[in-house]
Amino acid sequence: MQTLDLKVVQQYIDDHANTPLYVHVETTNGAYATHQDPTFHSAGMFFRNAEITYERGLITGNGPYRIGLKLAHGWLYGEGLTDYEFAGDQLLIAGHDIEGRLAIAFELSPTPFAQGAEEVE
Amino acid sequence: MAYNEHDHLLVIFPHPDDEAFSSAGTIIEHATNRGPVTYACLTLGEMGRNMGRPVFTNREQLATIRKRELIAAAEKMQITDLQMWGLRDKTVEFEDEAALAERIGQLIEKTRPTRVISFYPGYAVHPDHEATARAVVRALRAIDEADRPEFLAVAFANNTKDELGEGTFIHDVSAYTDQKVAALEAHASQTGGLMKVISEDSNIRDLLVKERYYHYPL
Repeated sequence: MQTLDLKVVQQYIDDHANTPLYVHVETTNGAYATHQDPTFHSAGMFFRNAEITYERGLITGNGPYRIGLKLAHGWLYGEGLTDYEFAGDQLLIAGHDIEGRLAIAFELSPTPFAQGAEEVE
Repeated sequence: MAYNEHDHLLVIFPHPDDEAFSSAGTIIEHATNRGPVTYACLTLGEMGRNMGRPVFTNREQLATIRKRELIAAAEKMQITDLQMWGLRDKTVEFEDEAALAERIGQLIEKTRPTRVISFYPGYAVHPDHEATARAVVRALRAIDEADRPEFLAVAFANNTKDELGEGTFIHDVSAYTDQKVAALEAHASQTGGLMKVISEDSNIRDLLVKERYYHYPL
């Protein structure tokens, strides 16, 4: 991945407005956060291959960055974003902490993201 | 102990590297001196937070990377039969436990292991570990006592030593430490900076020479 480039990511967002897309969104503290520190309240979620269509979207901030996609009936929002990468026609955005561990993933794709061992090379 | 085709070890864990941290020495010793080893790895660990140090992968590539690492680690441990079941990391506890236990039961029937290694229910920390442990226990309980393989249960919750003691079976694996480190290093996306961890973490140092298993009442 490389450091997030607002202009390049915004172009992808604009190009895919009003187009059905699959999303993978996720936040995580790591599976062992509470094991390592019992006072730490670990919370996270992921949503894989939800289908969305947004009418407008914006990536913004001074870094780490925020993204908001305006949906017909609501919003899809993420913050703490630091890096991006294109994988074919997929846009992969991530936020890594200072040690390089994933804190948030926010990914868009015209086709479903891979599932299960057989779909993985 | 002489090598015997029928002295089969069956290892069941949900994530690539669970086997290496807990059991690489025991696996290598079994594969070298006793008999074949089957490892059923339920997920690809594709929801892991570590993307390498420094970062060299992303959420979507991690599955591919960890699959390759798992294959390489299995080779280092001389695992002859590696099965990847393709459940999604973090979701094992939401699967149908009876169906998972049934599938594990079928694998036991097919491989006829003398020993099974998995997690100890209630002391396995991660929800995927706990769900795997429950399904393994359920599968073992469905087998007649006379036919049941020995169950070596891995426990590492913070309260393990207080509540379960030091371990029922403590395997001295110091003869295999170098090979265990090599197996751990094969899981590179998860074990980057391993040497630093070894130098700082006495629990990891202990794991390189002793593998602890607990008796779980079936």
